[in-house]
Amino acid sequence: MTNVPIEGILLPDEKHNHESPSSWKEYFSFSTDHKVIGIQYLVTSFFFFLVGGIFAMVMRGELMTPESDLVDRTVYNGMFTMHGTVMLFLWTFPSLVGFANYLVPLMIGARDMAFPRLNAVAFWMVPVVGILMMGSFFVPGGPAQAGWWSYPPVSLQNPTGNLINGQVLWLLAVAISGVSSIMGAVNFVTTIVKMRAPGMGFFKMPLFVWAVFSAQIIQLFGLPALTAGAVMLLLDLTAGTAFFDPAKGGNPVMFQHYFWFYSHPAVYVIILPVFGIFSEIFPVYSRKPLFGYKVVAISSILIAVVSGIVWVHHMYVSGTPGWMRLIFMLTTMCVSVPTGIKVFAWVATIWGGKLRLNTAMLFALGGLVMFVFAGITGIMLSSVPVDVHVNNTYFVVGHFHYVLYGTVTMGLFAAIYHWFPKMTGRMYSESWGKIHFWLAFIGTNLNFLPMHPLGLQGMLRRVASYAPEYQFWNIIASLGGFLLGMSTLPFIFNMVISWMQGEKAPANPWRAIGLEWLVSSPPPVENFEETPIIISEPYGYGKSEPLTANLPE
Amino acid sequence: MKIQKILNILTLLTGAIAVTSMSLWIGKQSYSWLPPQAAAESLLIDDLISFLVTLGAFIFLGVTSTLMYSVIFHRAVKDDFTDGPPIEGNVTLEVVWTAIPILLVFWIASYSYQVYEQMGIQGPSEIVHLHNPLAMESAYAAPAKALAEPIEKIDVLAKQWAWVFHYPERDITSTELHLPSDRRIRLALKSQDVLHGFYIPAFRLKQDIIPNHAIDFEFTPIRPGKYRLTDSQYSGTYFATMQANVVVESPEDYQQWLAQAATQKPSPAKNQAAAEYAQTSHQSVQTGWVTVPPAAPPLVNSPG
Repeated sequence: MTNVPIEGILLPDEKHNHESPSSWKEYFSFSTDHKVIGIQYLVTSFFFFLVGGIFAMVMRGELMTPESDLVDRTVYNGMFTMHGTVMLFLWTFPSLVGFANYLVPLMIGARDMAFPRLNAVAFWMVPVVGILMMGSFFVPGGPAQAGWWSYPPVSLQNPTGNLINGQVLWLLAVAISGVSSIMGAVNFVTTIVKMRAPGMGFFKMPLFVWAVFSAQIIQLFGLPALTAGAVMLLLDLTAGTAFFDPAKGGNPVMFQHYFWFYSHPAVYVIILPVFGIFSEIFPVYSRKPLFGYKVVAISSILIAVVSGIVWVHHMYVSGTPGWMRLIFMLTTMCVSVPTGIKVFAWVATIWGGKLRLNTAMLFALGGLVMFVFAGITGIMLSSVPVDVHVNNTYFVVGHFHYVLYGTVTMGLFAAIYHWFPKMTGRMYSESWGKIHFWLAFIGTNLNFLPMHPLGLQGMLRRVASYAPEYQFWNIIASLGGFLLGMSTLPFIFNMVISWMQGEKAPANPWRAIGLEWLVSSPPPVENFEETPIIISEPYGYGKSEPLTANLPE
Repeated sequence: MKIQKILNILTLLTGAIAVTSMSLWIGKQSYSWLPPQAAAESLLIDDLISFLVTLGAFIFLGVTSTLMYSVIFHRAVKDDFTDGPPIEGNVTLEVVWTAIPILLVFWIASYSYQVYEQMGIQGPSEIVHLHNPLAMESAYAAPAKALAEPIEKIDVLAKQWAWVFHYPERDITSTELHLPSDRRIRLALKSQDVLHGFYIPAFRLKQDIIPNHAIDFEFTPIRPGKYRLTDSQYSGTYFATMQANVVVESPEDYQQWLAQAATQKPSPAKNQAAAEYAQTSHQSVQTGWVTVPPAAPPLVNSPG
């Protein structure tokens, strides 16, 4: 079996050398190598992570005092809108797509993605989205200020009266981002279905591949809804249609259905690959096979299925009738079953192992603990009566930051440390890595834990000013936020210095089991000189089975 | 070998007792994290929150203490790269830990459903007239029936960025929401422009207000005092300022307030959004980005 099983699709033929990227300039070019594209995604998204982080710190600065005294209310509203948008559409999505790009072909023994040029085009739309978003700060009236979910009619109010305004640019950017992600999803699903090496049945795939597969299926059914909603809102805003404008007879709640039909499953699109990362990391550093491999694999698909019927839990109080509230309460709670299976499987994998607590493992463990916490508050939020109280308060903000920073970003850092030697051919500094971990772990908890008592007391999200009794917890949260901002400095320092002059990495520095560790670090351009033939399941720690029939172990 | 086994069981038992009593204690604490219980509904919701906190604490402490145990006692010796025991799965264990969350989900969902049913907060389901065989009994149904269901009807208008309350029986408007305690209240919620949210943390109650939709909302205040009403659905530039006082008082005081307000001539209310919009702001960073101008301060009998 070669890598061209699909009619009409050719592998990149413009590459003749079999060397890994030799010059940094290659990372700024239109490359079709999935590994170059993967790193392009990662570096671009990390840049926007810093931008989104700066917005967050302006907000935490404003919230140090009860009054609105640091920035204009309009600036504050623009800040939280862009913080949410940038962190989702320009940090978590693209960075995880970056890992998927880099790892999936290597993990399934393919030479590249199924559609390499489509892959490159999908990536180059990300900087376009970024430029539109950042450019919106310079149009009259400033960037979009209606929050990352842009509910009409607020998002339809256009006080400048200009056709080109922040909200229009925002909607264009979101629609382009949706198109880029659909391109990516088609590519990943095709690659995983069609391009696995001989012998790699579905139940021999690493769990990261399972997770990417499930996540990308969500993209395929969900994204069209969001993109359609964004385009309809754009038409309302620019062309005078009345899909959502109540002043002209439209229904603003319809937009919420379009929006959440995708945007809740989007959380699983983000977190499933992180679950995959955890499933890759725990066996290596516990030196045990992953406990309950098949159940964990199936649970990814189950999450993708259930994700399609949970969106209304964002709308319990937005005019949703009682019977619908209760149905969606039950479906939402059901998500805890497959996620619970995963958590228990990881704990059982770690139990009785021979743990090695290097930076990647620390980030994965920290992420797991914070995910358990987020899962518990998630169950509380799915309960209709509790949600009636804490909906749109800081309790929700605390919950989803435990998901998106505590779990997703920590998982991303775990992945960066774990695969850094593979990607760069260099080792990183463990001591700087550990400093990064402890600053990030303490900062995350200081920043997001106080949001829970604030929310229970009734402090609303998206406010620039608040009642004085909320100040104490807000100061703690802000200090945690600034610490979290600082924690990225040792990371950047470590990555830059290690990439330039770190110790040379061997092919398999962690003695891990997986196809990607059988090729040199960094891998050659077309990954495998000879297509591997897979003969055993992944994670064979303690069993000393060879993974492939034809490659050196 | 036998002693080892007994020791293991003892350790496990001690751990389980410690985790259980710790979670029960945390569950009790949860009441102190919440605002005063000023509505009948808040009593039900707080019990539910305490139950979920207890359960959540048990799961969280159980998982983290197991992980901590592994991290402390199962570390690899330096330079030992040998493998751990190749345990790949255990069908019994996997069935058990799939069944437990499923049972928990049904337990939590049915408890939540009961609470929701007792709250009987109405909302838009009343408007679509769905045939609902499970007729909802309100939280205060029994005592309220004893009081012959005196339902107090009040119109609530939300606009960018002000609350206006209208008492139809006496034709009074106010920017302060006065409510008689121990009476069922029915609010008719309306929005003039964008989405708003009616939220009183001390009541634990919230309902979005949607333009062109009439939404009824019911509850029963039980504790006299002064509380805050906030807008819970982001409504634009001055969103944070859209607040109002809620005064819960005895039915006698309430009647007296109504009578007193009826004698007053309507005058413009104080409004923070309008005041901020009119004067140059005090913020250190200003861009002068254009905003939707606030609606004029409402004319009310009782400016509060």
